[in-house]
Amino acid sequence: MANSSTTKNEAVAKPADPPMTTMAYLAPVVGWLVPGAGHFIQKRWIRGLLLMASIITMFAMGLALQGHVYQPNGGDILDMLGFVGDVGSGSLYILAQIMNWGQSAIQHATADYGTKYLIVAGLLNFISAADAHHIAIGKKP
Amino acid sequence: MTITHFSAAVLFAVFASVVFGITQRSTTHEQVRYGLYCFAMFVGGVFVAGWVMWILRH
Repeated sequence: MANSSTTKNEAVAKPADPPMTTMAYLAPVVGWLVPGAGHFIQKRWIRGLLLMASIITMFAMGLALQGHVYQPNGGDILDMLGFVGDVGSGSLYILAQIMNWGQSAIQHATADYGTKYLIVAGLLNFISAADAHHIAIGKKP
Repeated sequence: MTITHFSAAVLFAVFASVVFGITQRSTTHEQVRYGLYCFAMFVGGVFVAGWVMWILRH
């Protein structure tokens, strides 16, 4: 009897788990691969478009400013952190690696901004993918 | 491509504010307000940091 009432109380206190549908897994993965696409597949067209435009423009500007694209086997701890930021851009990072972009020597002071643009574009895409997941589980409208 | 430090910082603020606004708030009105707030904080921070560096230099 005591056990039954304890279980009931726990059931009342514990919030319901969010529904882990296929979309809950698919949206962040697609959103990571293509910035904004996690919102597109959930029909959040305007949000997806704004996220896509911001992240892709930021990544493209980083490359145009001759920023550095970090490699997975950098060795140095700061290079590894840079890689974690860069890889957040998903397919953009993969494309940059295939095309060998962002590997030239830094020639002017503002090129450092380019490197930061590339890292932050990736980090913002991580936030965007997490947001797509929150929409999929109904945590956010 | 080369841009000034200030324009690089302002462009950074624009892109980051758009993403923060959309991802950190739920309704459209709140998203616009939070995006503008973030942009103001970023650009305000640039001016504050600029003046702090000027004071340290002199």
